[in-house]
Amino acid sequence: MTINDLYLIAPEIALASTGLIVIVLDLVLNNKRFLPVFALLGVLVSVFFTLALCADISASSNGSMIGLFSTLVVDKFAIFFKLLILSIVALVVLGSVDFVNKFEDSQGEFYGLILLSAVGMMLMAATKELISIYISVELATLPIAALAALMKTNRSSEAGLKFLLLAAVSSAFLLYGMVLVYGFTGSTYLDVIAGAVTTGAVPFGSSVMLAGIALIVVGFGFKISMVPFQMWVPDVYEGSPTPVVAFLSVASKAAAFAVILRVFYVGFGGVNVDWASMFAVLAALSMTTGNLVAMMQTNIKRLLGYSTIAQAGYILVGVAAITATTPDGGIVGLGPSGVLFYLAGYAVTNLAAFFAIIVINNHINSELISDFSGIAKRAPLLSAVIAISMISLIGIPPTVGFMGKLYLFNAAVSSGLVWLAVVGVLNSVISAYYYLRVVKTMYLGAGEPENRITYSLPVLVAVVVVVIGILVIGIVPGPLFEFTEVAVRSLFIAS
Amino acid sequence: MTLERVLILSAVVFSIGLYGFLTKRNAITMLMAIELMFNGVTIAAVAMARYITPSVLRVDPTATSDGLVQFVLSGQVLSMFVIAVAAAEVSLGIAIIITVYRARRTIDVTEVNLMRR
Repeated sequence: MTINDLYLIAPEIALASTGLIVIVLDLVLNNKRFLPVFALLGVLVSVFFTLALCADISASSNGSMIGLFSTLVVDKFAIFFKLLILSIVALVVLGSVDFVNKFEDSQGEFYGLILLSAVGMMLMAATKELISIYISVELATLPIAALAALMKTNRSSEAGLKFLLLAAVSSAFLLYGMVLVYGFTGSTYLDVIAGAVTTGAVPFGSSVMLAGIALIVVGFGFKISMVPFQMWVPDVYEGSPTPVVAFLSVASKAAAFAVILRVFYVGFGGVNVDWASMFAVLAALSMTTGNLVAMMQTNIKRLLGYSTIAQAGYILVGVAAITATTPDGGIVGLGPSGVLFYLAGYAVTNLAAFFAIIVINNHINSELISDFSGIAKRAPLLSAVIAISMISLIGIPPTVGFMGKLYLFNAAVSSGLVWLAVVGVLNSVISAYYYLRVVKTMYLGAGEPENRITYSLPVLVAVVVVVIGILVIGIVPGPLFEFTEVAVRSLFIAS
Repeated sequence: MTLERVLILSAVVFSIGLYGFLTKRNAITMLMAIELMFNGVTIAAVAMARYITPSVLRVDPTATSDGLVQFVLSGQVLSMFVIAVAAAEVSLGIAIIITVYRARRTIDVTEVNLMRR
């Protein structure tokens, strides 16, 4: 390991050490209010290193830097996801201050584990070797299991147990797939795998490769909550502390999609297995199942759990809309950049919904949608936030959800998957029913305008930032979309 | 011992683990079943590495140590990491099972179903 290697993982080192420092500070500090401040400082340092790396790779000749026995790659693709995950962490820390202040103990563990999990997610976006991918996936997953069980109540521990058991089984599948791919191609490096696949220098028949790819899809399917590997989602969403669910639903999904894009586009791009069609079918299944079951939900967190399954389906459309490069370096199709754009939009949208729900739950001590009746009179701003977020989740302009879906379905049509785009649009219509039902309950239900719901300044900042994000990216999508295109292009150059 | 037989052994061990996970109701037994699945993977990884080593050396007898690490030892490195991560997973699993037991006085997963309606 050289100094250069350390520089390449400086953002992760900064975040991991902050996580450990926060846990230790929790033991010695009496005033726990400083813990989120330290966590945010760590995120800031990490953002600084990420931006420094970004400037360096822009200056370098091939647009990427490789280190740590060439397992780690820092390119625009990795930078995009690192910045996305760091912003999510910062927002979640801000948005959950009120919630965590109610904990009698383990406040430091909450912030520390979130930071450590984020380290794993950042590494997931930046590794190009199967063993490192596995380690980063585990580093991202295990802290979330601990966070889910953090409240030690009946429901919370049940959610933690379910998440841990199913995550462990899914990583066993993932590993088995990786081992088969390694045996088939003789290497765990994605670029070498791609080379071995195209030259045909492989020790086994392609059926082993097929089995390996299928098992890897199973493993990642759990992480992105894709049908038919979604059964853990509703229970874990309902039982876990709400800030943890907010973090899990956006950050974990973004990181898992980063790995999927890198593994499949860099490693398996030349494989003679039609994985794009498989993703297309899984996308249609995820959207439809998620939306249909969500209609019957009475608990707001369960509803968002099924909604996240449906959203995973929409994002998978972009993975299935296979994209090719032209000889002069241009990109045909918008699939992967649509995925990146949608993930960023989904992050602000879902966080907005969850931040508002965290505050409201904290006051009314109920997660039933019927208990949200008339809440608009008690919390006008938060209700407006939920309404904007639901509109964005449906995909109605001028929100980011509309732009994201536009890009994804456009990509699907331009790569010949018209039927998938039709299924997607139909599903968006179905989803309007249950998303708008929440809004209707909040605004039209009977409720008393007295005892207003109050919240602290950090929560207000987080809510305002995400809402501005939803609207601004929805109205001016250009800059973000250009960034995602640059990011995806670096993925193809690396391959 | 051919590679084929070792791979069949690994698949059998993996499947026994999966069967155990799907049929057992005790959370700790389920963790043990998961451990079995990881062990199946480990066997396959080591066997693959053992199979790839001679073939790589045959193709390129002058392979450098970097190249050897990159191609040959990956399977063995993978198995070491699997063992380490599985240990972490089990320790966290036991911790969570203890909190479930304290809250519920049972670790039977069919009774841990507060949320399934």
